Amino acid sequence: MTAPTAMTDQRRPMAATPEGTRMDDAIRLEGASRSFGGGHTLVVALHPTDLVVAAGELVAVMGPSGSGKSTLLSLVGGLDRPTAGRVIVGGQDLGTLNAKGLAVLRRRTVGYVFQELNLLAGLTARENVTLPLELDGAKLGAARQAADAALAAVEMSHLADRFPDDLSGGEQQRVAIARSMVGGRRIVLADEPTGALDSMNGEMVMRLLRKHCDDGGAALLVTHDAAHAAWADRVVFLRDGRIVDVSVPAPSPEFSRHDPLTAALDAA
Amino acid sequence: MSVRYGLLALLAEEPTHGYQLKTAFERRTGGSWALNIGQVYTTLQRLERDGLVEVDLGGSPAGDGERADRTDYRITAAGREQLNTWFASAVVPEGPARDELTIKVLLAVAAGDVDVDGILQRQRTATLAQLQAYTRRKAQADPDRELAWLMLLDALIFKAEAEVRWLDACEARIRRHARRNREDGHDRTDRND
Repeated sequence: MTAPTAMTDQRRPMAATPEGTRMDDAIRLEGASRSFGGGHTLVVALHPTDLVVAAGELVAVMGPSGSGKSTLLSLVGGLDRPTAGRVIVGGQDLGTLNAKGLAVLRRRTVGYVFQELNLLAGLTARENVTLPLELDGAKLGAARQAADAALAAVEMSHLADRFPDDLSGGEQQRVAIARSMVGGRRIVLADEPTGALDSMNGEMVMRLLRKHCDDGGAALLVTHDAAHAAWADRVVFLRDGRIVDVSVPAPSPEFSRHDPLTAALDAA
Repeated sequence: MSVRYGLLALLAEEPTHGYQLKTAFERRTGGSWALNIGQVYTTLQRLERDGLVEVDLGGSPAGDGERADRTDYRITAAGREQLNTWFASAVVPEGPARDELTIKVLLAVAAGDVDVDGILQRQRTATLAQLQAYTRRKAQADPDRELAWLMLLDALIFKAEAEVRWLDACEARIRRHARRNREDGHDRTDRND
């Protein structure tokens, strides 16, 4: 099995080195671990882990339930604290932030998308997207303008005045993505965002996350779906609380005879 | 069989020659599969032998020499019938899986002293890397102009995805099996999963 240093790929030779914070690191785990209990009942959910997501990168995490992927995402989201090590998000060491500081980080820097659609049913799509900015004290006019831009980015402008119940699952998830990115939040944390969607809507969600990262944002995606993980620049495999391997896109720009379909056709 | 029917399908539209068939076939199948021109001629000869195509004597004269390479073929009535039957029939999957990966994993499990987890993870990583490459190509494709190419990519993506799911299922089965064996060894009464 590959050690966590395998996080380093050719394009980003510095990406996994624990010393020094790069300016374009969106997410950085340095030996971050999480365990519960102690002594005979010690359960290690996540062994000391190094992981870097740079600006412009989409990184997917795959692993069976109990492999530590939810723990990892909770640590990055500041919903849980590491037992040891550091978690740095948007240049801020979460360990130095109090509850208020974390709340500010969530409103200004980090957005979330979950499997369960958690739009507020009593608010229209536009109002849902405006909400994080209003909570952050933005003026209503400016907040609405930013919300409209975010809705346009996910091609939902024409449905901005609908309530969630009048939107399809795919449309609701697009609104949730707009909400996660509104107001220039660059880091998106996505927990099975395609889980409740059919394949075409799931692909739409992945295209939006991909575009967000291609435009300079960053995203950490937890998924069990290989086809959706494949939109990522790197796929991190977790097993029993450890990173066991990382995949990057296969280099072959052209199809080879080893492709299953090509081989099948040739054999015919 | 696919080359045979591919050529028949193209000839059903209009009589044409081998090289034209090669390029049209490659375009139709998403550009993924470069046909060998020799393979095209061999297939045409077999189709002619079986009475499914014939040399089109009334065909357009060759423009620039190499007459033999520019022989036009056209589909016969029997060829059309066979093509229609092919389009109308469901493709029946071949027998039990005999691909290298399946066999490798089965043999590794039976061997007992092989690192099966390692085999599964290395394969998972390799397949994901392939899947990432396909997905990049899909992201770059024009959905309005590259229908065949996108459908081909979908086929490759779904097959790779199925392979990852199979690897995951193998791992889950092996773990469950190991756990049961452990429990059997320690306490025969404590079997509740």
